[in-house]
Amino acid sequence: MGEPVKSSDAAADNQAIVSQEIRDIEEGYRAARAAGQPAEVQPRVDYPPYRSSILRHPTKSLHHADPETIELYSPAFGHQDVHALESNLTIQHGGEPLGERMVLRGKVLDGNGRPVAGQLVEIWQANSAGRYIHKRDQHPAPLDPHFTGVGRCITGPDGSYEFLTIKPGAYPWKNHLNAWRPAHIHFSLFGTEFTQRIVTQMYFPGDQLFPLDPIYQSIVDQDARERLVARYNHDLTSPEWALGYEWDIVLTGPKRTWTENEAYGEQGDDEH
Amino acid sequence: MSTEKPVSTEKLTPTPGQTVGPFFGYALPFEKGGELVPAGSPNSIKLHGTVFDGNGAPIPDALVEIWQADSNGNIPNETGSLVRDGYTFTGWGRTPVGNTGKYVFSTVNPGPTEPGKAPFFAVAVFARGLMNRLFTRVYLPEDTEALENDALLSSLEPARRKTLIAERLADGSLHWDIRLQGEDETVFLDFHAEG
Ligand SMILES: [Fe+2]
Repeated sequence: MGEPVKSSDAAADNQAIVSQEIRDIEEGYRAARAAGQPAEVQPRVDYPPYRSSILRHPTKSLHHADPETIELYSPAFGHQDVHALESNLTIQHGGEPLGERMVLRGKVLDGNGRPVAGQLVEIWQANSAGRYIHKRDQHPAPLDPHFTGVGRCITGPDGSYEFLTIKPGAYPWKNHLNAWRPAHIHFSLFGTEFTQRIVTQMYFPGDQLFPLDPIYQSIVDQDARERLVARYNHDLTSPEWALGYEWDIVLTGPKRTWTENEAYGEQGDDEH
Repeated sequence: MSTEKPVSTEKLTPTPGQTVGPFFGYALPFEKGGELVPAGSPNSIKLHGTVFDGNGAPIPDALVEIWQADSNGNIPNETGSLVRDGYTFTGWGRTPVGNTGKYVFSTVNPGPTEPGKAPFFAVAVFARGLMNRLFTRVYLPEDTEALENDALLSSLEPARRKTLIAERLADGSLHWDIRLQGEDETVFLDFHAEG
């Protein structure tokens, strides 16, 4: 692990130092796998190359709990919450945003492959120049008056979602000197029970920044991290209009025993 | 990748989580996100506290969500959390912490979902620097017998158990701090044996 890492957000180290740490951790993981340890499917919360994680991760292992009552249900969202046009990030400000227009489509599934229907999907992203609207984003790239980079939708009966947006740019951050995030779209998802709640990031295929990015690399398993990479789909690309990407999301669980009549997230079993 | 098993028995591997990052501020918070009931309305209470890091410093860029039964112990199934109409209780709220790491919800005390069960709020915590969301619970302090019989609480040592029980202040509010790391680190939960 090398010497103890100092403060978070210091931007003191260069990419070579961070890349070496990333490689060391990956090597340790490979050795553990070779010794019969199971694959890690989630990111490590204790991942020092991501400097701001150092003081912000639990040091005690998570306590196993059987979900109870409220945890076996999810908040309900619907068209009271989300307008249909909120899934189109290109029409929100009276003009076309700059950049590569893209359609992004996929399904939200549970661990059994069952569609998560009628649930909330929220996304946020940088504009095509790699700039967020957020006031703390100091990257000197242009804001786009026609783009805020926020979208929402409610999944269909088959768990499907679809957004029309602009491909986000890569952007610099202060984890270390010359740190750049690969282009990504942030996703927030709900399942049919609260234990399935997840926030994650979707990436684009073939990004040269993957090996350098401690956030992407905090998922130490190659197969697992590739689950965050969308697939380019030319059949989804529309002529003279937009490129097509596809990305399915699989939630953990559910833990609740299902009966057929609650397949669309309705309540109605013994938990009441 | 094309094994022909029926979908119902196929266990898919979950998509990994990632940090919420620093720039969720204009995307995830929404108007009245922390007001499950209007602030100051009859029977409303405040659930409030601070999110701390491993040095005991407040975290200014965390986001807290709660999900709870109503005061009668019924699990809500009402839409409209994101656009609150002011009288429907949806049971779910979300609020970013302020610059000093403080969060506040206006809500009601959750009731016991079954007689004798200890009422709690389900909580999810997100922050820049936190690689994956954390689940926890915060229990109401009053029904000590129910707390003693609670399966989760009784599986914890007393010192750790108290990190999950809110303090009732004189003004009727519930005070509960979240410590991501350190001596009094909050107990965080794993429902799926993710490791
Ligand atoms: Fe981002």
